[in-house]
Amino acid sequence: MGIWVATTHMMKVARMVNWLLEPLSYAFMQRGLLAAIVVGIVCAVIGCYVVLRGMAFFGDALAHAILPGIAIGYLTTGSARGQLFWWALGAAILSSLGIGALSRVARLREDTAIGIVFSGMFALGIALISSVGSYAVDLAHFLFGNVLGVSQADLALTAIAGGLVLVLVFVFYKEFLLLAFDPVLAVTLRVPSRWLEMLLYLLIAVTVVVSLQTVGVALMVAMLVTPAATASLVTKRLPKMMALAAAIAAFSGVAGLYFSYYLSVASGAAIVLTCTAIFGLVWLGQSFVQWLGRAAVSN
Amino acid sequence: MNATRAIQKHKHAEAEGLPAIAIRGLSVRYGQHVALEDLTLEVPSGARVAVVGPNGAGKSTLFHVLAGVLTPDEGNVRVHEHRPTRYLCTAYVSQSRQLDWDFPVSVADVVMMGRTGLLGLLRRPGTADQEAVRDALNQMGIGELAERQVGALSGGQRQRMFVARALAQEAELLLLDEPLAGLDLSSQEQIFDILDVLRAQGVTVLVATHDLNLAVERFDHILLLKRHLLGFGDPEDVLTNENLHLAYGGHVEVIATSEGRKILGDMGGHHAHDEGGPHG
Repeated sequence: MGIWVATTHMMKVARMVNWLLEPLSYAFMQRGLLAAIVVGIVCAVIGCYVVLRGMAFFGDALAHAILPGIAIGYLTTGSARGQLFWWALGAAILSSLGIGALSRVARLREDTAIGIVFSGMFALGIALISSVGSYAVDLAHFLFGNVLGVSQADLALTAIAGGLVLVLVFVFYKEFLLLAFDPVLAVTLRVPSRWLEMLLYLLIAVTVVVSLQTVGVALMVAMLVTPAATASLVTKRLPKMMALAAAIAAFSGVAGLYFSYYLSVASGAAIVLTCTAIFGLVWLGQSFVQWLGRAAVSN
Repeated sequence: MNATRAIQKHKHAEAEGLPAIAIRGLSVRYGQHVALEDLTLEVPSGARVAVVGPNGAGKSTLFHVLAGVLTPDEGNVRVHEHRPTRYLCTAYVSQSRQLDWDFPVSVADVVMMGRTGLLGLLRRPGTADQEAVRDALNQMGIGELAERQVGALSGGQRQRMFVARALAQEAELLLLDEPLAGLDLSSQEQIFDILDVLRAQGVTVLVATHDLNLAVERFDHILLLKRHLLGFGDPEDVLTNENLHLAYGGHVEVIATSEGRKILGDMGGHHAHDEGGPHG
């Protein structure tokens, strides 16, 4: 009897371990998981500034605005990823400069300027890609990501560029914090605000570009915003918020890929849905705790 | 070390009788709108100045120029002999409703921000900076609030945090934009206690306020502004009925009472949110 219980228990554990290990036997899954973790961490950390500065629309726009860059890179060099990276980064920088110029020089509201640049660039990207025969498949990959198609070289590029973003966020921590909380103080303290602001935009652009293959253009903003927003519900300290957001995003990347593997769901969507579910759970849990607290006080 | 440097620099300036602020022919325009016109004045080092005037008189604009946030269209401005943009020891506390109080920073974090300029790029705060922050918080009597999130502070505590930030910054010129608005009397008293401490340290303080009676009672200089400079100097000399009529129209009067002079009437401040914008 006891032996029988122990055996079924061991079989359960073995099945569980097998469930976890089976996807790892494929090299593309290993690379995909690593890419999802790296991208998740970088997006979440820079995403804390996106959330705190109210730049979600900007992040979304930037992700869409890189499409023509990818399209040009794709049309001229095929799917050589290294080339795509630089074209996409170029488009991102051009777009953020364009948004800045429109809102400053043409005196448009910033969100209007973002809307104009973002939709124009996105349309240009679609137009370019649609000139090729295999239009639908390629566009879908760019829009929704294809983390399982990450090559060794892609992974290396993601890790280097992502690592660089994290290093710069760390190096300029006190300046970015100051700029986000009190930009007027930053000017009175003679901190080079303009340059730092442009650096932050550049870091967001690089993050968006390296994350492209994991979640794609259309879902990018979720990676920037959702883990950071979840962390902001829990903690009121920026370093903790960054660490927690990174942990949530990395976990979502891994969990999302397992869901994708076993449920045959698109990988980018599975990762984002996991992030969203965690946000929902934390938010509900927090509301419940607050409700309990209020109930306890009123009793 | 930095603190002694700042104090020595200050004493040096005081010894030679140089003004903390020297303004000549200052004008600021926002497009068609004239915010300040042809201002000329000298503020002595260590003075405590109330900057008064109706809404839109240019109080915030003057502060922006002095803090080096705004470049004037015309005129010459010097803070301790330097251009405002080249001078590091000015602390400007804007109206606090312009900040995000849910921001995930502690009180100590905000005070540490004051040292960003002294530290320079790439350097991280060391033990000396931590100490400066702790000293500033203790001096303001909010040492025990250091680890609180900023949103948990009351209005008076927030103002004290900002002054602590100015201390950490080793400021020699402190610009406070409406620090008294919305504070209860005891919090106001605490702010004045702090200003006394700063005066003892030789810090020059400019305070924008709507309360003319407080200005008369608690400040040694008054700067009356309505785009033009209507008067600068002794409260008694500046706040005459004639000047008040020029500034506020017929809405404000000086009344002689047994306890001294009282100023009655509508001095503005009900629409204080207009002040933060470019027309402030």
